[in-house]
Amino acid sequence: MTELRHDDGFDGGGDAFYEQLIAAHSGLSDQASGALNARLVLLLANHVGDGRVLAEALRAAREGLDIGGDPPGSHL
Amino acid sequence: MSSYRYQHYPFSTPPELSGSATRRRPVTIVGAGPVGLSCAIDLAQHGIPTVVLDDNDVVSVGSRAICWAKRTLEIFDRLGVGERMVAKGVTWQVGRVYHRNRELYRFDLLPEGGHRMPAFINLQQYYVEEYLVERALEFPALIDLRWKNRVTGVDARGDGVEVSVETPAGSYRLESDWLIAADGSASTVRASLGLEFQGRTFEEKFLIVDVRIDADYPSDRRFWFQPDFDPGQSVLIHRQPDNVFRIDFQLGWDADAEAAREPARALERVRRVVGPGVNCEFEWCSVYTFRCARLAHFVAGRVLFAGDSAHVVSPFGARGGNGGIQDADNLCWKLALVVRGEAPGSLLASYDRERGFGADENIVNSARTTTFMTPKTAAERHLRDGVLSLAPRFPFARALVNSGRLSRPCALTGFPGFAADSGTVAGPMLPGVPCADAPLEDVDGRATWLLKHVGGGPTALVFCDVGPGAAGVARAHAANPIPDLRVVVICKQGREVPGATTLVDRDGIASARYGGAPGVTYLIRPDQHVLGRWSQWDPDALRTTWRNYLWGAGE
Repeated sequence: MTELRHDDGFDGGGDAFYEQLIAAHSGLSDQASGALNARLVLLLANHVGDGRVLAEALRAAREGLDIGGDPPGSHL
Repeated sequence: MSSYRYQHYPFSTPPELSGSATRRRPVTIVGAGPVGLSCAIDLAQHGIPTVVLDDNDVVSVGSRAICWAKRTLEIFDRLGVGERMVAKGVTWQVGRVYHRNRELYRFDLLPEGGHRMPAFINLQQYYVEEYLVERALEFPALIDLRWKNRVTGVDARGDGVEVSVETPAGSYRLESDWLIAADGSASTVRASLGLEFQGRTFEEKFLIVDVRIDADYPSDRRFWFQPDFDPGQSVLIHRQPDNVFRIDFQLGWDADAEAAREPARALERVRRVVGPGVNCEFEWCSVYTFRCARLAHFVAGRVLFAGDSAHVVSPFGARGGNGGIQDADNLCWKLALVVRGEAPGSLLASYDRERGFGADENIVNSARTTTFMTPKTAAERHLRDGVLSLAPRFPFARALVNSGRLSRPCALTGFPGFAADSGTVAGPMLPGVPCADAPLEDVDGRATWLLKHVGGGPTALVFCDVGPGAAGVARAHAANPIPDLRVVVICKQGREVPGATTLVDRDGIASARYGGAPGVTYLIRPDQHVLGRWSQWDPDALRTTWRNYLWGAGE
């Protein structure tokens, strides 16, 4: 049974991915960026497929929505 | 104001103006900053005389570059000033990253022991330059250090370079075979040749303040995203010697730079960081906008660009000063061989290629950091803040938080001229990587370090048990595969090997790091990079590899 990955899945390539992600948004309006993010989420969610993992990811993303605030119960 | 006592170095009338016969010099260096001085010392250690021209007569005004990485300290040690730097500097290896008032994570830059040099020291550039000047003055016959000699023009020809120089005693022209432009980001030499940087400017302003604080804060690097105590976007604190602290404030693109650099204003801002009741004194401050840019090539005929004249980066990651010292390290042994006629001028193309790669690595890393720190659109900010908000709970998000990817030694694996790896030696010390240090003993049981014994010239590092293996090495050494080859034998038990430096690996750390089974031989460049490695002592392989690099790496 697969769990949502918490550790670094980029194998050291996180900075390069982040750079690509920022580049993908380059020159887009806020609305177009929002649309890009939505499409990206759908593509990646389909790739993951596993309903349990997706549900956990949705929960985790929602919990962290208070931008800049502390997600509940997650102190290191 | 600055607590550092600036010494004015004496101007003396250059021989070109005092009527002495002038002659063409092998090498002129423009700029007596950390890079220019390192080049002068390195070349002097190779016996090459230089004239160093500097427009000022004091060391760095302001602390400027302060973080010196392990690899730089190893290079400084080879130049004879490493221990002094470490003794004065503040040693650190832990970085702590905060979001608001909460620590997200910390990183340790040197998790393993058995290295002589620390991961980092913080030391103001004025001390670094002072120590380098004093070291340079130990070569009075080789280094002609000329203060208040300002280069106003450069005439580059096919076989040499002529510079016009202005001094308090008048102007003169100086001819040399080679010119090293170490005259910083606003390089006169670069402008004179009509060469331009290519790259990008980040639309962000940073206030950089040095203050003296009577408090015992930790030596760790501390970085805050969106700190509660400052209205700016981020704050970075480094501790320097003499209780001086460097604080970088990310002001935002629209900030009023003039107002921010007002000392009283800056100090007020610092007081919000250190809290009430702590005595702090203003030392120096400046407002910067950062660029990540470079010259397309670092070699232009007989002109060689090194340090900030060749490339600039934003400071998060300490890749500017450290990158420049690595330029000097890579360049000088090659230039010395070319000046002595022992290698063709084409060898210098390998400097351009290898340090161009190093500059790209530094630019990519510092540009990524600056992008993360300065989101330009709502979408970028959402992504950045998303990473920060996931970081407390998710290790993967902590890995994406980017407050600076700190300077690492540049590995040249796979570059032309390095021997192909035979695959018969274990361990990560592949051709192209800079040598790892390790604790060793001499045959009398005195503690020493591996890096003390490699570099300067070409070095063969040979691992063996004891006895016949070592004697065989000595016999083979008599065949002298490479001129001036230094042979260093690392044994499990001490017994002097004639014709070689014999070192004892009592802890087995060197053997482990180098896959040092008996017979394993490394050929190491004068700048302590592995050029080739083999499972047996093979003088033909050593000879061929050295010759191929000198004559082939520039092709």
